[in-house]
Amino acid sequence: MSPTGPLTDDGLVRLLTHTGERVSHPEYDRYVDHLDDHALLGLLRDMVIVRRFDTEATSLQRQGELALFAQGLGQEAAQVGSGRALAPQDHVFPSYREHGVAHVRGVDLTDVLRLFRGVDHGGWDSAAHRFHLYTLVIGSHTLHATGYAMGVQRDGDVGTGDPTRDTAVITYFGDGATSQGDVNEALVFAAVNNAPVVLFCQNNQWAISEPTTRQARVPLADRGPGFGVPSVRVDGNDVLATYAVTTQALERARSGGGPTFIEAFTYRMGAHTTSDDPSRYRSSAEEEYWRQRDPIDRLGTYLQLRGAVTPEFLAGLEAEGEALGEHIRATVRTMGRPSTASMFEHVYATPHSVVESERAWFERYEASFLDAGEGSHR
Amino acid sequence: MTTTTETPNAQPAAARKATEKTLTGVQKLPMAKAINLGLRRALERDAKTLLMGEDIGQLGGVFRVTDGLQRDFGADRVVDTPLAESGIVGTAIGLALRGYRPVLEIQFDGFIFPAFDQITTQLSKMHYRSRGRLTLPVVIRVPFGGGIGAVEHHSESPEVLFAHTAGLRVVSPSTPAEAFTMIQQAIASPDPVLFFEPKGRYWEKGEVDLDAPLADPHTPDGLGLDKARVVRSGTDVTLVAHGPTVATALKAAEAAATDGTSVEVVDLRTLSPLDTATIAESVRRTRRCIVIHEAPVLYGTGAEVAARITEECFFHLEAPVLRVGGFHMPYPVAKLEHEYLPGLDRVLDAIDRSLAF
Repeated sequence: MSPTGPLTDDGLVRLLTHTGERVSHPEYDRYVDHLDDHALLGLLRDMVIVRRFDTEATSLQRQGELALFAQGLGQEAAQVGSGRALAPQDHVFPSYREHGVAHVRGVDLTDVLRLFRGVDHGGWDSAAHRFHLYTLVIGSHTLHATGYAMGVQRDGDVGTGDPTRDTAVITYFGDGATSQGDVNEALVFAAVNNAPVVLFCQNNQWAISEPTTRQARVPLADRGPGFGVPSVRVDGNDVLATYAVTTQALERARSGGGPTFIEAFTYRMGAHTTSDDPSRYRSSAEEEYWRQRDPIDRLGTYLQLRGAVTPEFLAGLEAEGEALGEHIRATVRTMGRPSTASMFEHVYATPHSVVESERAWFERYEASFLDAGEGSHR
Repeated sequence: MTTTTETPNAQPAAARKATEKTLTGVQKLPMAKAINLGLRRALERDAKTLLMGEDIGQLGGVFRVTDGLQRDFGADRVVDTPLAESGIVGTAIGLALRGYRPVLEIQFDGFIFPAFDQITTQLSKMHYRSRGRLTLPVVIRVPFGGGIGAVEHHSESPEVLFAHTAGLRVVSPSTPAEAFTMIQQAIASPDPVLFFEPKGRYWEKGEVDLDAPLADPHTPDGLGLDKARVVRSGTDVTLVAHGPTVATALKAAEAAATDGTSVEVVDLRTLSPLDTATIAESVRRTRRCIVIHEAPVLYGTGAEVAARITEECFFHLEAPVLRVGGFHMPYPVAKLEHEYLPGLDRVLDAIDRSLAF
């Protein structure tokens, strides 16, 4: 029996079949027709690099170098396709699994691991990369994105026709977040304010152990129209399709056309986080079904069929992956423990007497160990 | 975004607009009006300052604190929002990240809880998480406290829930003059500020110096928000209060004076940071301390003040620090709220108990 409700894959925008064949779409072909072999190889490269990052980070967690890691395995097409559709001035509000988007925004992926290693709550300059800090409270950042988009609109940075000025905001969240009030409030605020925001839902089928069927009775994309927000369902494992639908949605936002809800129908091939055990709640048959729809294999096959993949490209990609792996391993292991004093910094932007007095007390307390000749316990 | 810049009721209020703009010097005003004028000054000072909230535009807020501001500054600056508190705070965070200074109105204290997550997990922590790269200058105005005969969820005192959260500043004015100044200081703050307005005192009048200079945020004293204030000097006992209970404390001091007891009253003004130094200085003189607040006593402001005073003034104390506040129960029905609230008699009783040690 074919899936129904939120599990159906009916109506997905798809430009590549899972066997790597290019299929035509009357509305979305025009958004990818300009992508030549070089650009397509770039998308493949992004996805391979991001997966390598995932593999390395997962290994580092297993080795005790990271406290936790949230894999993006299987969601590379949704993230790279949508991320590559962004203009430099666009702003991203991610959840906590958007390593692929971070990569295409130029964030050093080792900075992402500062969060998971427990040496920083962020680790990158969100303003410089126009890529906000990860948000662990599910769905709360969709409101931040919507507010930011309202600010963009107030600044007059939409609908000017200037491609270097018109700005969109995109926020990423999962299927589980659609159950949160904040996501629904974000849809309300986005709709009534006609905010230039794209709400990009990566439906990876599982909210830890809760399936999509515990979040909805209908496809998640049906949420948008109820708020007056146009929506689209896209095959999230098809990088061309995610690029196309996101490009269209961002163009709508930048031109003053308002928000769009995108449901990228994909699959989390790994665990929710490294503390999770998906074998407790899902079948190997299900995993195999999705393994056959792997986003990297799909584009790779297509490019092979086009004759675009050369041995030199593959060798270069392999070397790049190896270098990234070495960089990640070396960098993570040298991430030092922050100074104790830094714990008290930046609680407030202006001095706060309670923080000041507690900092002073702690410094005296620590110094007392030195006075006793016991050496620092740091 | 609504692009309307004029509201339909502009004409009848035009004369009032002119009056408000030219108000100067010392005026006798109710607190609601003083806050209104403070908001007006902030809106005039900085085009990036926005007011957001439910019914704050054409209606002027359910307490009319924002009366006339949408008319004069437009619907883009004084924004009527959907009825979604988390949405109001969450979108304000995004606007602040974009460079705006949102000033939010939560309609009633009991309705702040849908926004509790955004305030405590997001608004309060962004500066810390970003290692100082991001600031969120957001003010959340909350009419709080009881005494107005309201139905449930309209008379809560949730201020310590926010004072307990690092990254937030929590203040409460007690007079129209304080309210006029403090709201402007709060808006100037680069840190998020919870601004608890004693709604039971909105209509009480006091003198407001509309020409009073604001503190320079770049001076060592900062914004001037961090200091408690001795509002009445005395020698026998110190009453510590904030917001609505400052007036109660002053009435108690008047009454006690007729019995020959000299009562000092300290208005905390700020719960975060708590200005322990000013309280301790007072207690070292009077040697007795009573803390008054409307919120339940259990884990309340009084607990914090009592602990700190015990630590700092133990050898000066002639009596334990006493607390007068609400009971550990849901806010009672309106017909019983005056039994619940710390009124004059309960404060005088506490003074007697303190003096009896």
